[in-house]
Amino acid sequence: MRRLILILVPYLWLLALFLVPFLIVVKISLSDVALARPPYFPQLDLSGGWAAIRDFFTELDFENFAFLASDDLYWKAYLSSLRIALISTLLTLLIGFPVAYGMASARPEWRPTLMTLVILPFWTSFLIRVYSWMGILSQNGLLNTFLLWTGVISEPLTIMNTEIAVYIGIVYTYLPFMILPIYATLEKLDGSLLEAAEDLGCSRTSAFWLVTVPLSKPGIIAGCFLVFIPAIGEFVIPSLLGGSDTLMIGKVLWEEFFNNRDWPVASAVAVVLLAILIIPIVLFQRNEQKNREAGQ
Amino acid sequence: MKRSILGLTAATLALGAAAAQAEEVHVYNWSDYIDESLLEKFEAETGIDLIYDVFDSNELLETKMLAGGSGYDVVVPTGTFLQRQIMAGAFQPLDKSKLPNIDNMWDVIQDRTDVYDPGGDYSINYMWGTTGIGVNTDKVAEVLGEDVAQNSLSLIFDPANAEKLSECGIYMLDAPTETVPAALTYAGWDNPDDKSQEALDKAEEVLTAISPYITKFHSSEYINALANGDICVAFGWSGDVLIARDRAAEADNGVSVEYYIPSEGALMWFDQMAIPVDAPNPDAAHQFLNFIMDAENMAAASNYVYYANGNKASQDYLNEDVIGDGAIYPDQETLDNLYTVTPFGPKEQRLLTRLWTRVKSGT
Repeated sequence: MRRLILILVPYLWLLALFLVPFLIVVKISLSDVALARPPYFPQLDLSGGWAAIRDFFTELDFENFAFLASDDLYWKAYLSSLRIALISTLLTLLIGFPVAYGMASARPEWRPTLMTLVILPFWTSFLIRVYSWMGILSQNGLLNTFLLWTGVISEPLTIMNTEIAVYIGIVYTYLPFMILPIYATLEKLDGSLLEAAEDLGCSRTSAFWLVTVPLSKPGIIAGCFLVFIPAIGEFVIPSLLGGSDTLMIGKVLWEEFFNNRDWPVASAVAVVLLAILIIPIVLFQRNEQKNREAGQ
Repeated sequence: MKRSILGLTAATLALGAAAAQAEEVHVYNWSDYIDESLLEKFEAETGIDLIYDVFDSNELLETKMLAGGSGYDVVVPTGTFLQRQIMAGAFQPLDKSKLPNIDNMWDVIQDRTDVYDPGGDYSINYMWGTTGIGVNTDKVAEVLGEDVAQNSLSLIFDPANAEKLSECGIYMLDAPTETVPAALTYAGWDNPDDKSQEALDKAEEVLTAISPYITKFHSSEYINALANGDICVAFGWSGDVLIARDRAAEADNGVSVEYYIPSEGALMWFDQMAIPVDAPNPDAAHQFLNFIMDAENMAAASNYVYYANGNKASQDYLNEDVIGDGAIYPDQETLDNLYTVTPFGPKEQRLLTRLWTRVKSGT
């Protein structure tokens, strides 16, 4: 009985905070836009009894999904978001892994301090940190002023309002989400395994690649998911740091919702985005599990 | 003894009830759009707590209105958006018996806003203005020469000029309902409010040609960007550019900003105060509207934000650099050259948004 309750809690959590909102979004994605409050039709009216509910379901259709397929804007936006999210994830991994490795190799009494330093930026508002990047990267910003002053460049660099600024923003914002899970796996790594590898004739570098990296794989995977998933739907960073030609699905969604007042199409965009994310992740995890079972 | 404890409890309860009844009014207005000392004045005069919140796009406000339950008592949509939101049933009719100061309003402006809200049943005019060109005069003269007409739409909409100006930066409003009519005006189209496919195609052609040279499409950042000298031209709202002019002058940073109503004609818009149908405190909302329509208060707001208002009586209290500035209160000739636009229907709106995405992203 107690076990049942324990299992029930996370499922209820999922039901209330994921499944119910998702079903509402699916419902809106099947309806039609209307000039009303809220701006879509049909509305579910439970007071009308079964007949009203039946009418409600007959009004729903997949028109909005067909529309998404017919306009290439959406595919371009999905692809461009995928590309930006993938590159940002790789960059974050390239920076995050050495940092986590350094932290895990530091003397134990230093580790809590290093950990605090990684988390410290979270103590200020995310928006303020993105705005400070605007101050650093803009045409007359700190970076350009500094580089001009040192004479490294003679013309100010245009970074602000380009895709480069978006990458900087995403990598900066999500770096701790990469560092922390990798650090957690590296810290637990059994040092005697490395000694054994060296005893058996492995060089330090190949021991790193053959022992450390494979053993930290769970941390790397967790970190990559934690960065990739929010990055693909990112809206704030591209709209503040990106230029007018940075096409991301988050911005398209915003436009459908706010500019077109088309909640049904906006919901359809969101449902497709979720499908794009969830299906590969589920397949990947199933594959991982199979490998694990085969390994055992 | 027991009794006095009871009495004490009753007194505490009464106090608690009084505290809970302390009135609140939630106002949702455009950013940089009021003299904030007016907010304190309202609280001092009425004893109502004023919670003031800001936005910078009509779309954001409209979505909150259409979703309902925004919690705001007073909001400030622009005329075209107001009209559509009235149709969707988002606002409550004003109780004019609670608005004695409504006699201060200016019939010239009311005639024009009647298009959006016939008879002013749902809204009062707060400010009105034009959409035009903000210029960093020295930088533009440096790039394009002293003789270039800074008050012409060709400064931005002619690709040759835009290309040269792109090196020092051009900002454009992220609002297709404002930029498309301007593009049509530049192209010499008869009716800037034309929503036909041909008109939209023409506007897209004009906008696509200059889009690569636009540094950013944004509807509020240009105030600071102009004032700091980060950009040299902005296509923006009159009062915002004038705020930038003022900030640059205050900072004394060698930047001089000017606002021009384009000589080809410009869009005239009206920001209207209205009360959402589900406002938690409509009574306090009416008090706020009446307070704003007070001649001296309205003048204080205009003197601060450099926008013209729809309040005739306030003109006696306006500073000379507001009422006397043709960029704010245009003369009759310029006024006749200003046009107004009507809202886009859902199908047209989708075409417009799609056009705007193509223009901005080059896809």
